[in-house]
Amino acid sequence: MATDRTLDDDLRGLDALDTPRVESRSRSAAMWSAAWPKLLAITLALATWQVVVWSGWKPTYVLPGPQEVLSRLGTELTNSTFYRAVSVTLQRAVTGFALAAVLGSLLGLAVSQSRILRRGIGSLITGLQTMPSITWFPFAILVFKLSEAAILFVIVLGAGPAIANGLISGVDHIPPILLRAGRVLGARGLASWRHVIFPAALPGYVAGLKHGWAFAWRSLMAGELLVIIASRPSIGVRLKFAHEMADAAGLMAMMLVVLFIGIAMDGLVFGTIERHVRRNRGLLSAGD
Amino acid sequence: MTSTPLAASKRTSPTGGGAVVIHDVSKTYGDGRSSVAALDNVTLSVAEGEFVCLLGASGCGKSTLLNLIAGIYHIDQGTIDTGSHRVGLIFQEPALFPWLTAEQNVDMAMQFRAVPRVQRHARTAELLALVNLDAFGTWRPHQLSGGMQQRVALARALAQDADILLMDEPFGALDAMTRDVLHDEFERIWQASGLTVLFVTHNVREAVRLGDRVVLLSSRPGRVVAEFAVDIPRPRRIDSQPVAELAATITTSLREEVRRHGH
Repeated sequence: MATDRTLDDDLRGLDALDTPRVESRSRSAAMWSAAWPKLLAITLALATWQVVVWSGWKPTYVLPGPQEVLSRLGTELTNSTFYRAVSVTLQRAVTGFALAAVLGSLLGLAVSQSRILRRGIGSLITGLQTMPSITWFPFAILVFKLSEAAILFVIVLGAGPAIANGLISGVDHIPPILLRAGRVLGARGLASWRHVIFPAALPGYVAGLKHGWAFAWRSLMAGELLVIIASRPSIGVRLKFAHEMADAAGLMAMMLVVLFIGIAMDGLVFGTIERHVRRNRGLLSAGD
Repeated sequence: MTSTPLAASKRTSPTGGGAVVIHDVSKTYGDGRSSVAALDNVTLSVAEGEFVCLLGASGCGKSTLLNLIAGIYHIDQGTIDTGSHRVGLIFQEPALFPWLTAEQNVDMAMQFRAVPRVQRHARTAELLALVNLDAFGTWRPHQLSGGMQQRVALARALAQDADILLMDEPFGALDAMTRDVLHDEFERIWQASGLTVLFVTHNVREAVRLGDRVVLLSSRPGRVVAEFAVDIPRPRRIDSQPVAELAATITTSLREEVRRHGH
């Protein structure tokens, strides 16, 4: 018994020495260290913009300064049609992305599991992904007329392949030892997918969803400029009208909105999921 | 000298029962001129509760043999009988699922066998306590050291209710200090559980430290060339005189085996 107790103590000592020490930083300090590089970047961008305007390169009715554009954005933010437009656009984005996620995931699932499918359409998926979504619009308008369906169709074609490819590469990059471990433990069929393959492929899949979102947002913006539906205000419609009215400040304010929504979705939604996945697996360094 | 080569000692007959009975097994990879014979007419029997160490240089097919017993590879020729035993396999890497905590990793092994949740809970706690990791149940693999991860892997293998444990150089990647402690730990668990263990290693002292019997395999193709019964009383120490002496004897045989390939 005495030797057993020594053994336990040895183990405990080794474990204590081996376990990593987690340095805990206060929440506000962490937020500040994440925020200041961004604030600095924004300040630099605004300053550069202002300098270009001051240089007199273009007249201010063509290239207004940041102050004018931001105050214009402020008035937009008090305008109810602006919010209607944003909500229509976001609705399309979410519907289109959800549809793309479902179809892309099914496609990725099928291709990752079947050698024949992969040989047949594996490179086609990547080909589709490299195709600029705007090239699909003439066809989409021909088939679906100027309708919501035309926009959704192009979003799905833009985002679906990226999501499928993400899942496929996620599955391809699973360390074989994990699959072997799963097999040895008795994982078969659906249980193997649910408990081993899918979680192991998750980092790649999340990256694919993130790309998919970027493609969906780009396709949607292109679509809203081309497919104008009566009595459906949208960010694209407002951009186009600002352009037709030669309203440079309004146009740039809208572009800032497009940029902001894109960044917010990418950072807040997908960035958060990605960080969570990476933290759980120890793939995040202390600074991230 | 507390042991003799097994030719002069007891030898369990391959037909006389045992937890694992390997009879005349051969395995070849590839075909035609590029084929490689990994195992050639291997016959070996492991008794119930016995701890057998498989020892050999590179290319002796040690890992192949374990994979055949575990049913991961198909056997070309011969038979392997494990009766109604459940076989667990531990690799050199812990191969834990990195997205699960230590607890969940152990639990998963039972989930695959559809063990009811309540039972799984109790058994997980029990197994983590057995490997002295009860305080680390909610930790994730990347937060644990290599030795701790390997102990979780051991708990996970035991969670399969395995009564035969196949171990493929499980302590090979650990530092010497941790390895020594884990030898003691694993010996204790083995003695308490009555497991049958087939342990692959290329470390002669480790084989003598742990095994009831050390089986020496030749290389390319793998073939049983000698067996050594280890009659040194337990608990043993890896740096003790008798362990060192037997290890020296076995090393001599191993070297002879390796030298044959130099010509």
